[in-house]
Amino acid sequence: MSKLTLKTEGDRHVVVTRRFAAPPEAVYRAHTEPKLIQRWMLGPDGWTMPVCINDARPGGTFRYEWTDGKGGGFQITGEFLELEPFSRIVHVERMHLPDPTPENHIETRFDPDGSGTLMTMRMTLPDAATRAAMLATGMEHGMEASYARLEAMN
Amino acid sequence: MARLDAAFSALADPTRRAILARLALGETTVMELAEPFDMTQPAISRHLKVLEGAGLIVRRIEGTKRPCRLAPSAITEIDQWLGMLRQALATNYDRLDDVLAGMQPKKRKAKR
Repeated sequence: MSKLTLKTEGDRHVVVTRRFAAPPEAVYRAHTEPKLIQRWMLGPDGWTMPVCINDARPGGTFRYEWTDGKGGGFQITGEFLELEPFSRIVHVERMHLPDPTPENHIETRFDPDGSGTLMTMRMTLPDAATRAAMLATGMEHGMEASYARLEAMN
Repeated sequence: MARLDAAFSALADPTRRAILARLALGETTVMELAEPFDMTQPAISRHLKVLEGAGLIVRRIEGTKRPCRLAPSAITEIDQWLGMLRQALATNYDRLDDVLAGMQPKKRKAKR
């Protein structure tokens, strides 16, 4: 299925789109309610999200933590700037590696698309170098999996 | 295969991956590279030496400067990074499809 698109735009943006069979209200809730977020925002197989705390209102903060169950982990913290149920979320976030990365400003839209939803997530980074570094860092999970496979082959 | 091993260990370091990502934007001097990474020039130079040894970057001499750019093999690597991010997101959203499918109790009750 090629439902997902991911592309860079200009020097500082990354735009992701995805269609869902459920209405905007459901998709929006799955992005804001911790019990739902913890069921899907997990990354590669084997990872879990033991910490998912958020205060989904303008000015509210959130903290998400992932673990691979083998001592590896990953954290993101951020703040909600705007929430328009069930159509739009604007927030900023940073990764902790463990030093915080520059902020990623993200607008997520949930637009009706037939009986489903078209989600458009637009990330804005401070500059081109930060975007490049973020893309490289975002690959860590995948890179690690590739390394593990390569090591297994040796 | 020595080359592959060298590329493999060169890419195992997050700073070097970030340097490669920066070079994806175009040829750069050591000074320009050091700035966004908040590292000293000698520290950057050490990383560049590893990347060069692994065949991931090439450098040329221009007066006292030695600007560096990505080698073609590294460009393939970066395409793979974008592919991996796409893959990670795709995995998440496929899971979200399942969560959403189980989220419409009202509709199901109405049908009963």
